[in-house]
Amino acid sequence: MEQVLTYVGYIFVVIGAIFLFLGGLGIVRLPDIYCRLQAGTKASTLGAMSLILGVGFLQPQWMIKALIIIVFIALSNPLSSHALARGSYRHKIRPWTKEDIDAYAQYIKEQGENEAAEEDKQQEKQES
Amino acid sequence: MQSKSLASKPVRFLYSWIVFFIVWLAFTSTLALPEVITGAVVALILAAFSYETFTGWGFKGIKLSNLWWSFVYVINFLWLMVKANFNVARIVVTPSLPINPGIVEFETKLTNEYAKMVLANSITLTPGTFTVDVVDNRYYIHWLDVTVTDPEEVYKEIAEPFERILLKIFN
Amino acid sequence: MGITIHLIDYIVLGIISVALLLDFYRFTRGPLASDRVMATDTMTVSTTALLVFLGYLFDRYIYLDIALIYAVLGFIGVIVIARYLEGGV
Repeated sequence: MEQVLTYVGYIFVVIGAIFLFLGGLGIVRLPDIYCRLQAGTKASTLGAMSLILGVGFLQPQWMIKALIIIVFIALSNPLSSHALARGSYRHKIRPWTKEDIDAYAQYIKEQGENEAAEEDKQQEKQES
Repeated sequence: MQSKSLASKPVRFLYSWIVFFIVWLAFTSTLALPEVITGAVVALILAAFSYETFTGWGFKGIKLSNLWWSFVYVINFLWLMVKANFNVARIVVTPSLPINPGIVEFETKLTNEYAKMVLANSITLTPGTFTVDVVDNRYYIHWLDVTVTDPEEVYKEIAEPFERILLKIFN
Repeated sequence: MGITIHLIDYIVLGIISVALLLDFYRFTRGPLASDRVMATDTMTVSTTALLVFLGYLFDRYIYLDIALIYAVLGFIGVIVIARYLEGGV
């Protein structure tokens, strides 16, 4: 039984390590920040989750703590990559595209126009 | 939905206290008396500060059917996540880098804030897509390999498998 | 009792090290601040996994707590910098 758990654990650990490596590779190869966020943070998330689960199998009495770390990574990583993507976009970093597909630019533009219009209104009020 | 069925304040306070206390117990993973008492006090302080924003429903959200659908959701989500991860891994190791990135939008049918948060996080965790912003019920998604741009099609492609189950949990 | 490290452990450690080096390459090359933050984030996640694995190799339970705290701190750091980039802090 223990033998089986060890084998299962090492399978998870090796898969996790490989995904961590693929995440690193994606970060180096992909062309811009948004694509890198895709490959980088998420392949790493799966890699880390799988590796920690594997350690949980190797040391069954650590399983609860390992699961807590997995849940924390699963909850926190999408938040940080989302915050980073939004921050970058608001920082006026445009995504690299082949066919110029960018629905968000439209929204940002409209919002900018609305804000400008409101500022104009306020100025008019102040002047009158 | 969440605004009209708010639980009363003491119930929400108790609910947050219990959740924080369970988190404390899980983090320390011990039942030694000093630890447990410290945890109870810390959870009490935290709950006093944050119960108003922490929960709206209180215990009403915990139903057997919800637990079952959450379980189904987690399994479904893990399967999609692993599948999508292999997809991205394939893209990364292919020498020619077959990507066509872009930002697309779609509209969700969900009305509940928690449900929207869960959907956004799920989309982010399945590689190939992640949520750049959520405005009301419009989602802006950065997609590594865009195949369709029409919002309806995008909705079917990305959000449908998650939302089908989320609608059962939250509505 | 001594610590026994098998060949497979060395292989896993090697793969993780290469992953960290790749992240570090992106961290040094940039070119944007966001790229560096993202590289740091990825390194944090990889390091969390590495700490847990080292904990298993050395048979020390405390490494799991360290990994958890490390993940929490890295997460907060990334959120703060992202908010700063957005212009809201």
